[in-house]
Amino acid sequence: MAERVLEVSKLTAGFPTDHGFLKAADNVSLKIDRGETLCLVGESGSGKSVTSLAIMRLLEYEGGFILDGQIKLHDEDLTLKTQEEMIHIRGKKIAMIFQDPMSALNPVFTIGDQIAESLRLHQGMSPKEAEKEAIELLRRVGIPAPEIRIRQYPHELSGGMCQRVVIAIALACKPDLLIADEPTTALDVTVQAQILDLLRKLQDEMGLSILLITHDLGVAAEMADRIAVMYAGTIVEEGYVKDIFANPCHPYTQGLLQSIPGFEGERGSELYTIKGSIPPLTQLPSGCRFHPRCPHATPKCMQEQPGHYAVPGKDHYAACWLHDPAGAANEETGVSRE
Amino acid sequence: MSAMDELKNQPLVEVRNLKKYFPIKKGLISRVVGHVRAVDDVSFAIRKGETFGLVGESGCGKSTLGRTILRLHHPTGGDVIFDGRSMNAMKSRDLRALRQEMQIIFQDPFGSLNPRFLIKDIIGEPLRVHTKASSKEIEERVAHLMSLVGLDPARRNQYPHEFSGGQRQRIGIARAIALNPKFIVADEAVSALDVSVQSQVINLLIKLQKELGLTFLFIAHGLNVVRHISDRIGVMYLGKMAEIGPSEELFRHPLHPYTAALLSSIPLPNPEIKRERIVLQGDVPSPANPPSGCRFHPRCPFAQERCKSEVPALTEVMPNRQVACHFPLVDKAMGIGGK
Repeated sequence: MAERVLEVSKLTAGFPTDHGFLKAADNVSLKIDRGETLCLVGESGSGKSVTSLAIMRLLEYEGGFILDGQIKLHDEDLTLKTQEEMIHIRGKKIAMIFQDPMSALNPVFTIGDQIAESLRLHQGMSPKEAEKEAIELLRRVGIPAPEIRIRQYPHELSGGMCQRVVIAIALACKPDLLIADEPTTALDVTVQAQILDLLRKLQDEMGLSILLITHDLGVAAEMADRIAVMYAGTIVEEGYVKDIFANPCHPYTQGLLQSIPGFEGERGSELYTIKGSIPPLTQLPSGCRFHPRCPHATPKCMQEQPGHYAVPGKDHYAACWLHDPAGAANEETGVSRE
Repeated sequence: MSAMDELKNQPLVEVRNLKKYFPIKKGLISRVVGHVRAVDDVSFAIRKGETFGLVGESGCGKSTLGRTILRLHHPTGGDVIFDGRSMNAMKSRDLRALRQEMQIIFQDPFGSLNPRFLIKDIIGEPLRVHTKASSKEIEERVAHLMSLVGLDPARRNQYPHEFSGGQRQRIGIARAIALNPKFIVADEAVSALDVSVQSQVINLLIKLQKELGLTFLFIAHGLNVVRHISDRIGVMYLGKMAEIGPSEELFRHPLHPYTAALLSSIPLPNPEIKRERIVLQGDVPSPANPPSGCRFHPRCPFAQERCKSEVPALTEVMPNRQVACHFPLVDKAMGIGGK
């Protein structure tokens, strides 16, 4: 059995508003083993980023909080930590990289200072040692002439270079878990390819676990071991990458995969569409949240929220009444939870 | 059908040696110290009724090219022939009249609609500017346009913030087709949308093109979207056109090494396919100081001495396929190349 690095169970997090508590992430459970990449896939407003901020306990800084659930990093429950204790966990055990590398870096400090900061804080290095280590880190993330680069400021570097610097900062203290929130969305495809290659290489070298958040199913197909698909704050389907692509079981996943214009198939033909649009969190539909857009919706879907049911494939679950083993139309699939 | 084909082969827009340089100014007296060559000597033609896809990475000049064709930027050099008429020769009054025939759809569905205007005023504005229609006629036309793009005409008295991103993009499309234009530049029209909404808007654009006989210049960086919608595709790199060809063939057998690298770097939504990827080294150089010779040579895996000094011209190496490269990947495309 592989070493479990992160286990999130029944996490509910969101924001207090005038209309009550908005559950941006509702009853979310995730698990990541050592050296594994889990991709959290979903469209805007599906709660991917809130989930990742909750894991980092950064949600408090955005005006939200965790209502319920556990976040276990190895054996420690992060939801019970104070922010003071989190300072020693963030950056050291979990690190995060963000979508926009330019705004993730401080424009008034040099690249070298920003990498050295976490080395000095978490590992108590002297300025000299930290600088040496910073040069080494920059070399590892593929930045040419790192001795010159550490004296430069973020504006002197291109977007792809900045993202490499952010990765170097994130990996400085050899974390167990890297949370990457849309790390390549702001980059061009050729640069995206370089960054994805780099992440894979570093993962192999360091045995890193990655939680990769993306809206791009292409990136997910390429990077993920496992995929969790989110819709309107809940995880609707989870499984190994092969099963998700070969045998998507939730109607939302199916719709999402069919709406991508492919490289095969007839050009100019009508694309599959999921009717309607993503509901705002203030007006979530009753029952299954996908039912107003679902082609298979039944009266039951409007009333009751489905649980996670096992579907064919290893550790493959879908939150859809179609796969309810108790349902008359569906046979017991024989795959049970661990 | 043959008459249709013949019609299709006539160019609607002919771009001839178009150039757009932006001056770089420095110091107190704004001395011009150099130029950003955003579009540098680009020539191509868009045929009537076709969708011409324009792809390239950020900063390659694809948006500037689109806007310069519409004269939203004044070109530094070159000319655009629109429907047989040279735009350089036109007086500003003629140019204003011509604007009815060409429209643009912008990327950002939030920034491109005035938040203080009602939807009916946004869609009706081009009608008020260019036609002498009465307000009742405009009202009717707006309602018709809204139902054409799949919006409920009953919502015409609402403000943009009451609509979702996909719906706002439909409003932008309705405004663009209000005057029955011949030519529409769609500048990253679906890039800001989520996948499930994006496919709805792509379907709408294809439907409108069939019904209204529109000609599109579809600018985007999402290559699979461009392949789906375009008849022909032009690939830009650092202000120059690198390759032009029919979508299907260009995707199957790219001729320019840059096109090949670009296509191989797109992550495919299929975990079973493991492709051989050409990972380019380095970043796109600055268009203010482009490399000598072929602009792609510092990153090109096949670069040779000649590429450093001689600028390759865009030439037709195979029927319908133009490429600007001294050593195009022709063998592979013709199926002669060994493994």
